[in-house]
Amino acid sequence: MTPTYYLLLSALLFSIGTIGVLVRRNAIVVFMCIELMLNAVNLTLVTFARVNGQLDGQVMAFFVMVVAAAEVVVGLAIIMSIFRTRRSASVDDSNLLKY
Amino acid sequence: MSALMSLLAQAPAAPAADPVTTGEAVAFWILGPLALAGGLGMLFARNAVHSALWLVLSMLSLGILYMIQQAPFLGFVQIIVYTGAIMMLFLFVLMLVGRDSSDSVVEVLRGQRLTAAVFGLGFAGIAVAALVRALNQVPSAGLASVNAQNGGNVANIGRALFTDYLFPFELTSALLITAAVGAMVLAFAGKERQARKTQRELVIERFQGDRPSPLPGPGVFATANSVATPALLPDGSVAPESLSELIEGTSAELFGEERASVAGTGHAADAHALTGEEAAR
Repeated sequence: MTPTYYLLLSALLFSIGTIGVLVRRNAIVVFMCIELMLNAVNLTLVTFARVNGQLDGQVMAFFVMVVAAAEVVVGLAIIMSIFRTRRSASVDDSNLLKY
Repeated sequence: MSALMSLLAQAPAAPAADPVTTGEAVAFWILGPLALAGGLGMLFARNAVHSALWLVLSMLSLGILYMIQQAPFLGFVQIIVYTGAIMMLFLFVLMLVGRDSSDSVVEVLRGQRLTAAVFGLGFAGIAVAALVRALNQVPSAGLASVNAQNGGNVANIGRALFTDYLFPFELTSALLITAAVGAMVLAFAGKERQARKTQRELVIERFQGDRPSPLPGPGVFATANSVATPALLPDGSVAPESLSELIEGTSAELFGEERASVAGTGHAADAHALTGEEAAR
């Protein structure tokens, strides 16, 4: 096997995340699918760092993790506030930005 | 899939700079399917909590894959940050929002699920095919030599972070503090604080209301707590179990002596009863 296999795994995981974002209706599950996509991209970065023999890809994956952590915190807070006003976590229910 | 396997099998072996060892192959063929199973489980689980746990499985597998791919620092950060912090945050929010808020089965857009699944599978096919076509002859340089010098993987990443990537690294601190403040602002319940009423204000309020005494406890229907007062059923009739047998079933004459003593008309105790003399009445 070659490191290409890792890229294939990453592509499949990214596709699963994409399908999940498109199919699932629960806002939190949609968010988890986005996390899976970020993880797949991280695997790609780590694999390319290995293929290129440089650490820049790993540093980039580290930054992706930092941004993902910040994004999760803000996104979950938004979901919480939407749930508090609408009593629902479904993405179909929140079709208005206000009220 | 078998065609893909044969195509991959024909790919030339990696150059000697970064050979894929048997142990790595075994680990990959164990952890890769586990990661895929985690993703699929997250996609198909009805319950959102089950989705989160499947995603934890996927992320743990990916973390170990990072370690295998000569990125031990990222592997541990993946396990600590992703599965330890982010997924636990997800679970916290799931518990707050209500874990039974599972997906609605109503399709708002007709055929959206089918279309999304078709497009997603098409995307997977395109990405996998493009990767196989483009990358099956790319030699892998490997990180073994890089990780061996300058004190290892962690030290090298630290050096890169604080030299080449210093400005982005500082920017992440601004991002993190903005996210923390934003989360606090968004998640704040928004109740304005009211001054607490003092004891005096509470008493005045109570006596100006229509009922100074406290309300009866739950389930109390009687207007008096005497044993002679029967309890009333919700429809207003007398509850037969609450009638006192002693009071209802005893004739008044039997208690004549007691009634006389209570009323003060009975005979008093005689201090000279044993001396034979009549007490002065």
